[in-house]
Amino acid sequence: MNTSTQPPPSRSEHAVRSADLLWGAVSVSDEGAATELVLGLLDEGTDPESVLLDVIARVQARVGEEWAAARMTVAQEHAATAINDRAVAAVSVHSAARVTATRGRITVACVDGEWHGLPARLLAEVLKLRGWQVDYLGAQVPTRHLIAHLHGTRADAVALSSSIATRLPTAHAAITACQAIGVPVLVGGAAFGPEGVYAKTLGADAWAPDARTAADHLARGRLPRPEPDHQQFDDLPHLADQEYTMVDRNSDSLVRSVYTELEDAFPGMRSYDDLQRERTAEDLAHIVEFLATALYLDDEELFTGFITWTAQILVARGVPDRSLPPTLDLLARELKDFPRAVRILRAGTRSITTAPFTAARNIA
Amino acid sequence: MRCNEATGLLLPAAAPGTPLVAVAPDWLCAAHTALTRPGPHAVPDTEGPLHGVIGGRRVAAYPSVRTDGSVAWWLVDDTDHQLVREALRVERERTAFLAKASNVLLSSLNLGRCMDVTAQLAAESLADAALAIAPPRGHRLPVVTCLRGGSPALSTQEGVDPDDVPGLGEALRGFPPVPSRWIDPATAPAWMVPPGFGPVGSIVITPLPGHGVAAGALILLRRTENAAFTDEEEVFARLFAARAGAAMSAARLYAEQTAITDVLMRELLPPTLHHISGVDFAGRYRPSADHERVGGDFYDVHPAAVEGEASLVSLGDVCGKGLEAAVLTGKIRNTLHALLPLADDHRRMLSLLNTALLNSHHTRFATLVLASAVRRGNMVDLKLTSGGHPSPLIIRSDGTVEEADTNGTLIGALPDITATTAEASLAPGESCVLYTDGITEAKGGPMGDALFGEGRLKRALTECAGMPAEGIAEHVQMLAAQWLGNRSHDDMAVVVISAPRTHHLSAVNGRTRGRFTA
Repeated sequence: MNTSTQPPPSRSEHAVRSADLLWGAVSVSDEGAATELVLGLLDEGTDPESVLLDVIARVQARVGEEWAAARMTVAQEHAATAINDRAVAAVSVHSAARVTATRGRITVACVDGEWHGLPARLLAEVLKLRGWQVDYLGAQVPTRHLIAHLHGTRADAVALSSSIATRLPTAHAAITACQAIGVPVLVGGAAFGPEGVYAKTLGADAWAPDARTAADHLARGRLPRPEPDHQQFDDLPHLADQEYTMVDRNSDSLVRSVYTELEDAFPGMRSYDDLQRERTAEDLAHIVEFLATALYLDDEELFTGFITWTAQILVARGVPDRSLPPTLDLLARELKDFPRAVRILRAGTRSITTAPFTAARNIA
Repeated sequence: MRCNEATGLLLPAAAPGTPLVAVAPDWLCAAHTALTRPGPHAVPDTEGPLHGVIGGRRVAAYPSVRTDGSVAWWLVDDTDHQLVREALRVERERTAFLAKASNVLLSSLNLGRCMDVTAQLAAESLADAALAIAPPRGHRLPVVTCLRGGSPALSTQEGVDPDDVPGLGEALRGFPPVPSRWIDPATAPAWMVPPGFGPVGSIVITPLPGHGVAAGALILLRRTENAAFTDEEEVFARLFAARAGAAMSAARLYAEQTAITDVLMRELLPPTLHHISGVDFAGRYRPSADHERVGGDFYDVHPAAVEGEASLVSLGDVCGKGLEAAVLTGKIRNTLHALLPLADDHRRMLSLLNTALLNSHHTRFATLVLASAVRRGNMVDLKLTSGGHPSPLIIRSDGTVEEADTNGTLIGALPDITATTAEASLAPGESCVLYTDGITEAKGGPMGDALFGEGRLKRALTECAGMPAEGIAEHVQMLAAQWLGNRSHDDMAVVVISAPRTHHLSAVNGRTRGRFTA
C-alpha cells in the first residue's frame, strides 16, 4: 500500500479533470459552457495542443464509446460532436494558438463518405500549431476534389482520415490517386484497423494511431515521394477474382432476396412493424457492405469483428440476435459461387456461435 | 598446344608445341588450368562462354573437355556483338528513362511539382546539376535547383533579368524557337551554380518547348571531368526537354483555368452560415455531381441592415442541375439581395422576383422559401413563406415536428403568383429546418429503391430536439447521404434556424470570466 503523501495534481490529471468538465457541457449540448471551458484553459496557460488532444479529443473518444455501446443516439452523437467542433474552433482563434507557418504544406481530409470530421480537424489544428501550412478540406471529401486541390497546391503530403472500415475501398482509391500525382499519403483513423494493418495493405506511405504521433511522424522529415507507377491492383491481387466487384455492384438485389428469404426462415420477423423491418433491412445492408469490404481486403477478421459487434448491439437494442446465423447462412447460399465470400461468411457464423463477444472498434 | 591456322590471326605467337601460358592472356590460361587439373575434381561449370580481351578485341572462349583430358578452346571474336549490346543497353536505359519521365510528368498538373520532377530527372540522367526555370512573373524568376542524388529546392530569384544570360531570355520567351546554347561557365551568374557544386565544366541552356505557351527553360551543369555532351546526349536531352515542356505548359494552362473558375465560382458557392444577432444559422449543401461544387439549389442569409430587425433567409431550387442551373441561382440570389429593403413583405418580394424571372431569357423556373428571423428576448420570431417549395419543418423542444402552414405557387412560370406567410416562434433550443426536395427525394435505402421521404425526415428530426443548428444540419445531410449510398442524386440543401439554448455560464466553474455567447 502506498503511504506517501498525495502528490500535486499532474498535468495529465488536470487534463482528465478538464475532460470530465467538458464532457459535462457537451453531453447536455451546452455550447456556451464548452467554449468557455476551453478558452479558460488556454487563458490559464495550458498548451493549446494539450487542450485539443488531451481534453477535446478525450471527450470525443468518450462520445464514440457511448455511441458504440448504444447509450447515445446518432442524433445525440451529432449534437455532441457539433459542440466539440465549436470548442476546436474556439481554440484555433485564441491568441495562444497563433503560430506562423515555418514548415511545408499539408492537406488534411476525410475519405469520401466519412462523416466523422473531428479527428481530421484536430490533426489539422495540431499541425498548424507545429508550424505547418495546413489546408483542411473537411469531412467526406470526394477523391476528385482532393486531387483537384493537390493539382492546385504544392502539398508535401496528404493526411487522410477514415473511421469507418467500409470506406476503405474508397480510401484505397484516394491513396493511389494522391500517390499517382507524386504526393505521399499518411493515413489514420479506426478504419485502418489495429496497428494500422490495413494502411499497409492499401499501400499508404505512413500510418499514425493518433494526431500527436502523426504530427511527430511528419516532423521527422519529408515523406519520400511515392513511385509513379503504383496501381490499386498491385496491393490487392485477389481482386482479380471479381468477387468484390460482384457483391458490391449487386448489393441491392442481394439484400432484397435475402430479406425475403429471411421472412420465411425467421418467422419472428412477421410480427415486425415497418420501422423494425427497415432496421432489419438496414442491418442486412450493413452486413453486405462489410462483407464487400472484407472481400476487398481479403480479411476475415474485419467481418467477424463487425458481426460480433452487431450481435452485441442487437442485444442492447432488445432484438434477439438469433436472426444473425440464418442471415449469414442465406447470404452464403446466395453467394455459393463465390468461394472467398462463403469462407468469410462461415467465419462470421463461427464467431457468434462459438467465440465470446469481443468489442470491435472499427465499425460503422 | 595444338592449334589451327586461324589461331594465328588472334594469337600471332601461337605455334604447335609452345606452352599456352607463353601465347595466351592470363584469363584464358587460368581457365585452362582449372579445366585440366589432374586427378578427380569437379569439372567447372562451363555454362556459357568465357569473355575476355585479346589484342584489343573482345573474345568469347568456348571450352570443351575431350576424352583424353585435353581441352579444346574455340575462340570467337564478338567485339561487334558486344558493341551492339552496349548500344542496346544504353538505348534501353534512355527509353526507360523517357518512359518514366513521361509517366511522372503526365501525372501532375501542378507547375511546381512539374518543375521539381524536371530538375530531378535531369540531374539524375543528363547532368551533375539541373535548374528548371519557369517564365518570370514580374521581376521574379521561379527556379528549381537539383543536384545529382539530392532533392529539388525551389528558390525565387528577385530582380534577375533573364536577358542578361545569353540564350536564357530567348528560351523563356518560348518564341521564336531557339536551339540549346552553350555558355561560358565563367560568365554564368552566381545564382545559376548551386552552392557546393564546385568548378563548373560546362553549362547548356535548353528551351522547354511549350507549344504556344511559354513553358520555361532547363539549364544543365556538368563538372569539369565529364563536361562534354556527345551528339547522342544532346538529342536525348532534347527529347526529355520536349516532354518536360509539354507537361509544364499543360500545368500552366490548368492553373490559369482553375484561377478563372475559382473567381467565377466564388459568387455561386453557398455561403458559410453562423450566428447572427442572437439567432443560430447553419447550412449544408451537396451538389448532384460530386465533382462539381455548385448546382441548382441555393441558400443565403442576409443580416438585417438595422440591429433588432429580422435577418432574411432564402433557400430554393432552380429547375435543372449543374452549372447552368447554378448560373440562374446566382441571378436569383442577386435579385433577392436587391429586394432586401422589401424583406418585410415576402409575398411582394416573391412577386417581384417572379416578374424578373419571367422577363429574363431563362426558361427555367424555381421554387423557394423565405424566412425572416428575429430574436425577441429568449425567443426567435419567424415569418415563413413558400413559393412552391416544401414547407419548412419546426422542431419543438418536446420533439414534436410541425410543418409551417405556408404555401404558394412556384416562381418564374406564371404571370401572377400566390403565397401565404406563416408566423411561428421558436423557444430556446427549438429549430426550423428549410430543405430542398433533393433530400426527401433521395432514392436509396437498404434495398436501393425507396425515397427518403418526408416521413423519414420528420422522424429523424424528432430526435433532434434541443440540438444546435450545426448538429441538425449535419445530421440531416448525413442521413440523406447514407440513405443514398453511392447512388446518383439531385442537388441537396438544408438550412437550420435555431433559437440558442440559454445557459448560466457560471455553472462551468466559479472562476471563468463571463463570456456570453447566446
